[in-house]
Amino acid sequence: MKLRESPAFKIALSLSIATGLYGVSFGALAVASGFDFWQTMVLSLLLFSGGSQFAFIGVVAGGGSGVAAMTASALLGLRNGIYGMQINAMLRPGGWKRYVSAHVTIDESTATASGQSDPDEQRRGFWTAGIGIFILWNIFTAIGALAGDAMGDPKQWGLDGAAVAAFLALLWPRLKGREPWAIAAACALATILAVPFVPSGVPILVAAVVAGVIGWFSHARLDEGLEPDVDPYAEKHQREHGGKK
Amino acid sequence: MNLWLWILIACALAYLTKLVGYFVPARLLENPRIMHIAGTMTIGLLASLTVVNAVASGQGLVLDARIGALVAAAVALWLRAPFLVVVISGAAAAALLRLLGWG
Repeated sequence: MKLRESPAFKIALSLSIATGLYGVSFGALAVASGFDFWQTMVLSLLLFSGGSQFAFIGVVAGGGSGVAAMTASALLGLRNGIYGMQINAMLRPGGWKRYVSAHVTIDESTATASGQSDPDEQRRGFWTAGIGIFILWNIFTAIGALAGDAMGDPKQWGLDGAAVAAFLALLWPRLKGREPWAIAAACALATILAVPFVPSGVPILVAAVVAGVIGWFSHARLDEGLEPDVDPYAEKHQREHGGKK
Repeated sequence: MNLWLWILIACALAYLTKLVGYFVPARLLENPRIMHIAGTMTIGLLASLTVVNAVASGQGLVLDARIGALVAAAVALWLRAPFLVVVISGAAAAALLRLLGWG
Protein backbone atom coordinates (compact mmCIF):
# COMPACT_ATOMS: atom_id res chain seq x y z
CA MET A 1 0.00 0.00 0.00
CA LYS A 2 1.21 3.49 -0.78
CA LEU A 3 1.80 5.56 2.33
CA ARG A 4 -0.54 8.28 1.14
CA GLU A 5 -3.42 5.81 0.90
CA SER A 6 -2.91 4.43 4.40
CA PRO A 7 -5.71 5.47 6.82
CA ALA A 8 -3.37 5.19 9.82
CA PHE A 9 -0.86 7.49 8.10
CA LYS A 10 -3.54 10.14 7.52
CA ILE A 11 -4.79 10.00 11.12
CA ALA A 12 -1.24 10.13 12.42
CA LEU A 13 -0.39 13.10 10.23
CA SER A 14 -3.38 15.20 11.31
CA LEU A 15 -2.74 14.31 14.95
CA SER A 16 0.91 15.31 14.48
CA ILE A 17 -0.04 18.72 13.14
CA ALA A 18 -2.71 19.38 15.80
CA THR A 19 -0.50 18.26 18.69
CA GLY A 20 2.68 19.78 17.28
CA LEU A 21 1.10 23.24 16.99
CA TYR A 22 0.23 23.07 20.64
CA GLY A 23 3.97 23.04 21.36
CA VAL A 24 3.84 26.83 20.87
CA SER A 25 1.87 27.23 24.08
CA PHE A 26 4.23 24.92 25.96
CA GLY A 27 7.24 26.94 24.81
CA ALA A 28 5.64 30.28 25.64
CA LEU A 29 4.25 29.10 28.98
CA ALA A 30 7.60 27.57 30.03
CA VAL A 31 9.51 30.79 29.30
CA ALA A 32 6.81 32.80 31.11
CA SER A 33 7.17 30.43 34.10
CA GLY A 34 10.86 31.33 34.39
CA PHE A 35 12.51 28.55 32.36
CA ASP A 36 15.25 29.60 29.93
CA PHE A 37 15.27 28.59 26.26
CA TRP A 38 17.43 25.48 26.66
CA GLN A 39 15.62 24.22 29.74
CA THR A 40 12.38 24.47 27.74
CA MET A 41 13.92 22.67 24.75
CA VAL A 42 15.42 19.89 26.89
CA LEU A 43 11.96 19.21 28.35
CA SER A 44 10.49 18.87 24.84
CA LEU A 45 13.43 16.94 23.36
CA LEU A 46 14.20 14.55 26.22
CA LEU A 47 11.16 14.39 28.51
CA PHE A 48 8.80 14.44 25.51
CA SER A 49 5.44 13.75 27.12
CA GLY A 50 3.02 16.69 26.97
CA GLY A 51 1.19 16.08 30.24
CA SER A 52 4.40 15.59 32.22
CA GLN A 53 5.99 18.66 30.64
CA PHE A 54 3.05 20.89 31.54
CA ALA A 55 2.97 19.37 35.03
CA PHE A 56 6.67 20.14 35.51
CA ILE A 57 6.46 23.80 34.50
CA GLY A 58 3.05 24.15 36.19
CA VAL A 59 4.43 23.14 39.59
CA VAL A 60 7.42 25.49 39.23
CA ALA A 61 5.16 28.35 38.02
CA GLY A 62 3.02 27.88 41.12
CA GLY A 63 6.08 28.31 43.30
CA GLY A 64 6.68 24.60 43.88
CA SER A 65 10.12 23.04 44.34
CA GLY A 66 12.12 21.17 41.70
CA VAL A 67 11.61 17.87 43.48
CA ALA A 68 7.81 18.39 43.58
CA ALA A 69 7.86 19.24 39.84
CA MET A 70 9.93 16.13 39.09
CA THR A 71 7.61 13.92 41.17
CA ALA A 72 4.43 15.25 39.54
CA SER A 73 6.00 14.79 36.11
CA ALA A 74 7.13 11.23 36.88
CA LEU A 75 3.76 10.22 38.31
CA LEU A 76 1.90 11.63 35.34
CA GLY A 77 4.27 9.76 33.03
CA LEU A 78 3.50 6.38 34.61
CA ARG A 79 0.82 5.73 32.00
CA ASN A 80 3.55 5.78 29.33
CA GLY A 81 4.88 2.59 30.95
CA ILE A 82 1.50 0.98 30.30
CA TYR A 83 1.61 2.26 26.71
CA GLY A 84 5.08 0.73 26.33
CA MET A 85 3.70 -2.67 27.27
CA GLN A 86 0.83 -2.28 24.78
CA ILE A 87 3.08 -1.19 21.91
CA ASN A 88 5.56 -3.95 22.71
CA ALA A 89 2.73 -6.50 22.56
CA MET A 90 1.49 -5.02 19.25
CA LEU A 91 4.66 -4.29 17.28
CA ARG A 92 7.37 -6.32 19.05
CA PRO A 93 10.19 -3.94 18.04
CA GLY A 94 13.57 -5.63 18.39
CA GLY A 95 17.13 -4.39 18.98
CA TRP A 96 17.79 -0.66 18.77
CA LYS A 97 14.27 0.03 17.46
CA ARG A 98 12.92 -0.76 20.90
CA TYR A 99 14.95 2.10 22.40
CA VAL A 100 13.74 4.56 19.77
CA SER A 101 10.11 3.48 19.97
CA ALA A 102 10.21 3.87 23.78
CA HIS A 103 11.04 7.56 23.38
CA VAL A 104 8.07 8.25 21.08
CA THR A 105 5.64 6.18 23.18
CA ILE A 106 3.05 8.81 24.13
CA ASP A 107 -0.75 9.23 24.25
CA GLU A 108 -1.15 10.05 20.56
CA SER A 109 1.16 7.46 18.99
CA THR A 110 -0.31 4.69 21.18
CA ALA A 111 -3.87 5.82 20.45
CA THR A 112 -3.22 5.85 16.68
CA ALA A 113 -1.74 2.34 16.75
CA SER A 114 -4.47 0.96 19.04
CA GLY A 115 -7.14 2.24 16.67
CA GLN A 116 -5.88 -0.01 13.86
CA SER A 117 -6.39 -3.76 13.50
CA ASP A 118 -3.93 -4.56 10.70
CA PRO A 119 -0.36 -4.98 12.09
CA ASP A 120 1.17 -3.01 9.19
CA GLU A 121 -1.25 -0.17 9.80
CA GLN A 122 -0.51 -0.25 13.53
CA ARG A 123 3.20 0.09 12.71
CA ARG A 124 2.64 2.96 10.25
CA GLY A 125 0.33 4.75 12.68
CA PHE A 126 2.67 4.45 15.64
CA TRP A 127 5.83 5.58 13.87
CA THR A 128 4.19 8.37 11.85
CA ALA A 129 2.47 9.85 14.89
CA GLY A 130 5.47 9.31 17.18
CA ILE A 131 8.13 10.81 14.91
CA GLY A 132 5.79 13.39 13.36
CA ILE A 133 4.79 14.75 16.74
CA PHE A 134 8.38 14.66 18.01
CA ILE A 135 9.60 16.84 15.12
CA LEU A 136 6.69 19.31 15.09
CA TRP A 137 6.36 19.51 18.88
CA ASN A 138 10.02 20.51 19.17
CA ILE A 139 9.92 23.02 16.30
CA PHE A 140 6.85 24.70 17.78
CA THR A 141 8.23 24.59 21.33
CA ALA A 142 11.23 26.56 20.03
CA ILE A 143 8.95 29.06 18.25
CA GLY A 144 6.85 29.52 21.40
CA ALA A 145 9.91 29.90 23.61
CA LEU A 146 11.51 32.47 21.28
CA ALA A 147 8.32 34.39 20.52
CA GLY A 148 7.17 34.19 24.14
CA ASP A 149 8.79 37.50 25.08
CA ALA A 150 7.60 39.24 21.94
CA MET A 151 4.07 38.05 22.61
CA GLY A 152 3.97 39.84 25.95
CA ASP A 153 2.14 38.34 28.93
CA PRO A 154 0.93 34.87 27.82
CA LYS A 155 -2.08 35.33 30.11
CA GLN A 156 -3.25 38.09 27.80
CA TRP A 157 -3.51 35.45 25.05
CA GLY A 158 -5.24 33.03 27.40
CA LEU A 159 -2.39 30.51 27.37
CA ASP A 160 -3.07 29.51 30.98
CA GLY A 161 -6.65 28.87 29.86
CA ALA A 162 -5.24 26.69 27.07
CA ALA A 163 -3.51 24.50 29.66
CA VAL A 164 -6.74 24.09 31.67
CA ALA A 165 -8.58 23.13 28.47
CA ALA A 166 -5.86 20.69 27.41
CA PHE A 167 -5.94 18.79 30.70
CA LEU A 168 -9.73 18.62 30.62
CA ALA A 169 -9.54 17.39 27.02
CA LEU A 170 -7.12 14.62 28.04
CA LEU A 171 -9.38 13.65 30.95
CA TRP A 172 -12.69 13.82 29.07
CA PRO A 173 -12.51 10.62 26.95
CA ARG A 174 -11.75 8.63 30.13
CA LEU A 175 -14.96 9.75 31.85
CA LYS A 176 -17.15 6.91 30.67
CA GLY A 177 -19.45 5.44 33.30
CA ARG A 178 -20.08 6.19 36.95
CA GLU A 179 -16.79 5.08 38.50
CA PRO A 180 -14.47 7.34 36.43
CA TRP A 181 -16.71 10.33 37.23
CA ALA A 182 -16.63 9.47 40.94
CA ILE A 183 -12.83 9.13 40.88
CA ALA A 184 -12.40 12.43 39.01
CA ALA A 185 -14.76 14.22 41.42
CA ALA A 186 -13.09 12.75 44.52
CA CYS A 187 -9.63 13.69 43.26
CA ALA A 188 -10.71 17.18 42.22
CA LEU A 189 -12.18 17.71 45.70
CA ALA A 190 -9.08 16.30 47.42
CA THR A 191 -6.96 18.70 45.34
CA ILE A 192 -9.04 21.75 46.30
CA LEU A 193 -8.97 20.77 49.98
CA ALA A 194 -5.19 20.20 49.89
CA VAL A 195 -4.12 23.39 48.05
CA PRO A 196 -4.21 25.79 51.06
CA PHE A 197 -2.39 23.38 53.39
CA VAL A 198 0.49 21.86 51.42
CA PRO A 199 3.16 23.25 49.04
CA SER A 200 2.43 23.61 45.31
CA GLY A 201 2.60 20.35 43.42
CA VAL A 202 1.78 18.24 46.47
CA PRO A 203 -2.03 18.44 45.96
CA ILE A 204 -1.52 16.46 42.73
CA LEU A 205 0.25 13.75 44.69
CA VAL A 206 -2.56 13.73 47.28
CA ALA A 207 -4.99 13.15 44.42
CA ALA A 208 -2.79 10.33 43.07
CA VAL A 209 -2.90 8.60 46.45
CA VAL A 210 -6.69 9.04 46.64
CA ALA A 211 -7.03 7.58 43.14
CA GLY A 212 -4.74 4.67 44.01
CA VAL A 213 -6.70 3.85 47.18
CA ILE A 214 -10.01 4.05 45.30
CA GLY A 215 -8.57 1.80 42.60
CA TRP A 216 -7.34 -0.75 45.14
CA PHE A 217 -10.66 -1.00 46.95
CA SER A 218 -13.00 -0.61 43.98
CA HIS A 219 -11.17 -3.46 42.31
CA ALA A 220 -11.57 -5.56 45.46
CA ARG A 221 -15.27 -4.74 45.44
CA LEU A 222 -15.64 -5.65 41.78
CA ASP A 223 -14.50 -9.20 42.35
CA GLU A 224 -15.98 -9.29 45.85
CA GLY A 225 -12.64 -9.99 47.46
CA LEU A 226 -12.62 -13.55 46.21
CA GLU A 227 -9.35 -13.21 44.38
CA PRO A 228 -6.16 -13.48 46.45
CA ASP A 229 -3.71 -10.55 46.12
CA VAL A 230 -1.04 -12.80 44.70
CA ASP A 231 -2.37 -15.77 42.84
CA PRO A 232 0.01 -18.67 43.55
CA TYR A 233 -1.59 -20.66 40.77
CA ALA A 234 -1.34 -17.93 38.17
CA GLU A 235 -0.11 -20.23 35.43
CA LYS A 236 -2.69 -22.91 36.08
CA HIS A 237 -5.29 -20.20 36.33
CA GLN A 238 -4.23 -18.81 32.98
CA ARG A 239 -4.33 -22.21 31.30
CA GLU A 240 -7.82 -22.87 32.57
CA HIS A 241 -9.16 -19.51 31.52
CA GLY A 242 -6.96 -19.07 28.48
CA GLY A 243 -9.87 -19.66 26.14
CA LYS A 244 -11.51 -16.44 27.18
CA LYS A 245 -8.88 -14.20 25.60
CA MET B 1 21.41 25.12 38.38
CA ASN B 2 19.33 23.21 40.89
CA LEU B 3 16.40 23.37 38.46
CA TRP B 4 18.57 21.85 35.72
CA LEU B 5 19.24 18.87 37.95
CA TRP B 6 15.53 18.16 38.48
CA ILE B 7 14.82 18.68 34.78
CA LEU B 8 17.41 16.06 33.85
CA ILE B 9 16.18 13.61 36.50
CA ALA B 10 12.60 14.09 35.25
CA CYS B 11 13.79 13.42 31.67
CA ALA B 12 15.63 10.26 32.71
CA LEU B 13 12.62 9.00 34.69
CA ALA B 14 10.25 9.74 31.80
CA TYR B 15 12.38 7.75 29.36
CA LEU B 16 12.97 4.87 31.77
CA THR B 17 9.23 4.64 32.53
CA LYS B 18 8.49 4.30 28.82
CA LEU B 19 11.32 1.80 28.34
CA VAL B 20 10.38 -0.34 31.36
CA GLY B 21 7.04 -1.00 29.66
CA TYR B 22 8.93 -2.76 26.83
CA PHE B 23 10.68 -5.07 29.28
CA VAL B 24 7.78 -5.94 31.59
CA PRO B 25 6.87 -9.61 31.48
CA ALA B 26 3.45 -10.10 29.96
CA ARG B 27 2.39 -11.98 33.10
CA LEU B 28 2.26 -8.80 35.21
CA LEU B 29 -0.02 -7.20 32.64
CA GLU B 30 -2.54 -9.87 33.44
CA ASN B 31 -2.79 -8.75 37.07
CA PRO B 32 -6.21 -7.07 36.89
CA ARG B 33 -5.69 -5.04 40.06
CA ILE B 34 -2.46 -3.41 38.76
CA MET B 35 -4.19 -2.51 35.50
CA HIS B 36 -7.23 -1.19 37.36
CA ILE B 37 -5.11 1.05 39.61
CA ALA B 38 -3.11 2.33 36.62
CA GLY B 39 -6.43 3.40 35.11
CA THR B 40 -7.86 5.09 38.20
CA MET B 41 -4.57 6.90 38.84
CA THR B 42 -4.47 8.39 35.34
CA ILE B 43 -8.01 9.74 35.83
CA GLY B 44 -7.15 11.10 39.29
CA LEU B 45 -3.97 12.83 38.10
CA LEU B 46 -5.65 14.44 35.11
CA ALA B 47 -8.60 15.62 37.23
CA SER B 48 -6.22 17.08 39.80
CA LEU B 49 -4.11 18.82 37.15
CA THR B 50 -7.22 20.33 35.60
CA VAL B 51 -8.35 21.72 38.97
CA VAL B 52 -4.89 22.97 39.99
CA ASN B 53 -4.49 24.83 36.71
CA ALA B 54 -8.03 26.24 36.92
CA VAL B 55 -8.23 27.57 40.49
CA ALA B 56 -4.89 27.31 42.31
CA SER B 57 -2.56 30.28 42.62
CA GLY B 58 0.34 29.27 44.82
CA GLN B 59 -1.31 28.12 48.03
CA GLY B 60 -4.45 30.16 47.40
CA LEU B 61 -7.68 29.33 45.59
CA VAL B 62 -8.89 32.01 43.17
CA LEU B 63 -11.75 32.35 40.72
CA ASP B 64 -10.50 34.19 37.64
CA ALA B 65 -10.62 34.00 33.83
CA ARG B 66 -9.35 30.42 33.97
CA ILE B 67 -12.81 29.30 35.16
CA GLY B 68 -14.16 30.69 31.89
CA ALA B 69 -11.58 28.57 30.06
CA LEU B 70 -12.73 25.48 31.97
CA VAL B 71 -16.38 26.07 31.10
CA ALA B 72 -15.60 26.85 27.43
CA ALA B 73 -13.48 23.69 27.14
CA ALA B 74 -16.24 21.58 28.72
CA VAL B 75 -18.79 22.95 26.26
CA ALA B 76 -16.44 22.31 23.32
CA LEU B 77 -15.83 18.74 24.51
CA TRP B 78 -19.55 18.17 25.00
CA LEU B 79 -20.04 19.28 21.39
CA ARG B 80 -17.37 16.69 20.42
CA ALA B 81 -14.92 19.29 19.17
CA PRO B 82 -11.42 18.01 18.27
CA PHE B 83 -8.51 18.46 20.71
CA LEU B 84 -7.07 21.57 19.07
CA VAL B 85 -10.47 23.32 18.96
CA VAL B 86 -10.97 22.57 22.68
CA VAL B 87 -7.59 24.09 23.52
CA ILE B 88 -8.24 27.18 21.39
CA SER B 89 -11.69 27.59 23.02
CA GLY B 90 -10.08 27.58 26.45
CA ALA B 91 -7.47 30.13 25.45
CA ALA B 92 -10.02 32.35 23.69
CA ALA B 93 -12.40 32.32 26.67
CA ALA B 94 -9.64 33.28 29.12
CA ALA B 95 -8.28 35.97 26.79
CA LEU B 96 -11.76 37.40 26.15
CA LEU B 97 -12.65 37.53 29.85
CA ARG B 98 -9.38 39.37 30.60
CA LEU B 99 -10.07 41.78 27.73
CA LEU B 100 -13.42 42.51 29.39
CA GLY B 101 -11.53 43.25 32.59
CA TRP B 102 -12.23 40.14 34.68
CA GLY B 103 -9.51 38.01 36.22
